Amino acid sequence: MMAGNSGSPLARAAARFRGHLLARASLLFLLLLTLAAIAAPWIETRLGVNAMTADLFNARMPPSAANWLGTDEAGRDLLTRLLHGGRVTLLVALASALVSACIGTAIGLLAGLGGGRLDAALMRLTDAVIALPVLPLLFILAALDLAKLGLPSDLAQSQAAGLWRIVLIIALFGWPTVARLVRAEALSLIRRDFVRAAVALGAGKGAIALRHLLPNLASPIIVATTLSVGNIILFESVLSFLGLGISPPIPSWGNMLSNAEEMIWSAPRLAIWPGVMIFLTVIAFNFLGDGLQDALDPKSDSDLGRD
Amino acid sequence: MVAGMTGFLVRRLVQSLVMLVLLSFVIFWLMALMPGDPIDLLMATNPDVTSADAARLKALAGLDRPIWERYLDWAGAALSGNFGYSRLYSIPVLDVILPRLGATLILLGISTALALAIAIPVGVMAARRPHGLFDYVVNLGCFAGISVPPFWLGILLILLFAVTLGWLPAGGMGRPDMPLGQRAVYLILPILTLTLLSVGGFTRFLRAAMLEALRQDHIRTARAKGLSEARIAWDHALRNALLPLITVLGLSFGGLFSGALITETVFAFPGMGKLIYDAILASDYNLAMLSLMLATLVTLAGNFLADLAYVAIDPRVSYSDGADA
Repeated sequence: MMAGNSGSPLARAAARFRGHLLARASLLFLLLLTLAAIAAPWIETRLGVNAMTADLFNARMPPSAANWLGTDEAGRDLLTRLLHGGRVTLLVALASALVSACIGTAIGLLAGLGGGRLDAALMRLTDAVIALPVLPLLFILAALDLAKLGLPSDLAQSQAAGLWRIVLIIALFGWPTVARLVRAEALSLIRRDFVRAAVALGAGKGAIALRHLLPNLASPIIVATTLSVGNIILFESVLSFLGLGISPPIPSWGNMLSNAEEMIWSAPRLAIWPGVMIFLTVIAFNFLGDGLQDALDPKSDSDLGRD
Repeated sequence: MVAGMTGFLVRRLVQSLVMLVLLSFVIFWLMALMPGDPIDLLMATNPDVTSADAARLKALAGLDRPIWERYLDWAGAALSGNFGYSRLYSIPVLDVILPRLGATLILLGISTALALAIAIPVGVMAARRPHGLFDYVVNLGCFAGISVPPFWLGILLILLFAVTLGWLPAGGMGRPDMPLGQRAVYLILPILTLTLLSVGGFTRFLRAAMLEALRQDHIRTARAKGLSEARIAWDHALRNALLPLITVLGLSFGGLFSGALITETVFAFPGMGKLIYDAILASDYNLAMLSLMLATLVTLAGNFLADLAYVAIDPRVSYSDGADA
């Protein structure tokens, strides 16, 4: 046991988190990556390279002083294009994770507090979504014509709609994990004395959910959401790789790999780097989630944190 | 007790069937919302087709009728065993699907068996000395396994074994006239990919289940009797840890299927995954409907088998089906 048996619960959690070396390294990596992604346009000007427009005379150049990782099949700088792709990938993943967490929390609380038939119905729905063959359904949803759903066609075809469509369809399948977790925790919290006292004092269900349950649910929700980000990045990359997710010209790590099968014969470099970025980011979110679980829920048996 | 058990299973079976029907409508409805029905595609490729022709063709094919009417037609025909013709292949969809379903099941069956054959011993050994060096290394491997983009793993393996080393073919399934041994070579990389993708999750799960099982009272009793640690782990604890693993295996059918789908696309392997992808993109409604229904059926069957295994193995499972905490 390391230092961390004294002080406030938060200080103890922070001490436990610091004991998880991989989680700490992952947090650092993700922070640096986010900064670099935000600064992508600036880095592009500083290096004097071009990540967005094609320059076919400089296609597939090997790494050089200007293009640190070389150029891609259309002559764009690979390094800064990866950073631009990171912006899109991270934005979509974090937004999807947040939307899933909100839907999941709402449904979990509704089921846990509502009880009875409402609970049974919501849990059947949750089981049903978990049981679905997700990927083929994502194919259809990603190919849907939003105009046929009544959206104005210029809006339906805008780039922003393309991004939000991915966020929504991923969230549509992502909420059940959080919903189950929140419901189970809510059911156990409701039996605790402080909630029963609030009920005895006449607190309504809404007040109980917001004032008493939610603060106590924060830790498990944060852990589950962090762990879900990695999976969401994988989903997005699969969809984009198959040409159904983020569509070019917006770069994402997934769609940068959509020609990878041809590139492995001519320029394997181009098939490797975007995948490395996905892999490192996903594993970093998974380590971070493991570390947070360790820190926020000391009873759980963490896999990697040990001292 | 047996009556309760049968009731539980019957209820689950009925629920699964209801879900299959509901999903078939949802999928049908979503497919109708996709851009470009077959007549639109025809118009786009053939400039001689006027919009009046298109309207007449749509009326002829029933595409101007409300979705639910079309769904009832499809469902009625499907119930009598008529799933229609494939637009892409111009033969009955069942004849397109069955050989591919077989290919996918071979892929999934072999890779899942391999993944379990690795995950069980490794998970048990890791759990015997939690936080030891072996456990730590295994955990790192598992994290890598669940974090790698599935299609990229396939691409890396092609890069290593087909491009660099030249040992194995990069994709396809060989020609039907090849001897069986030569055709099996085409299975190696897809199976390797799928095995690597699922082994991490299984190992992590089994390790957690083993740690839980090793904390139980009867393990302490076994220790007090002087049984060896190896015997306790492999004989007493593993038996209890396998139960949750079986359940998780049933529940992961959907995920395994998704993994097969990606792997097949990367390796141009003619299985169900590739078929679903092509059918959806080409608006081959009949083909897409039946293959998606089969994918759903396989997933639901997996969940049902998980329930069945649970009931068969563990006499303590309660069969009340309501909202249990």
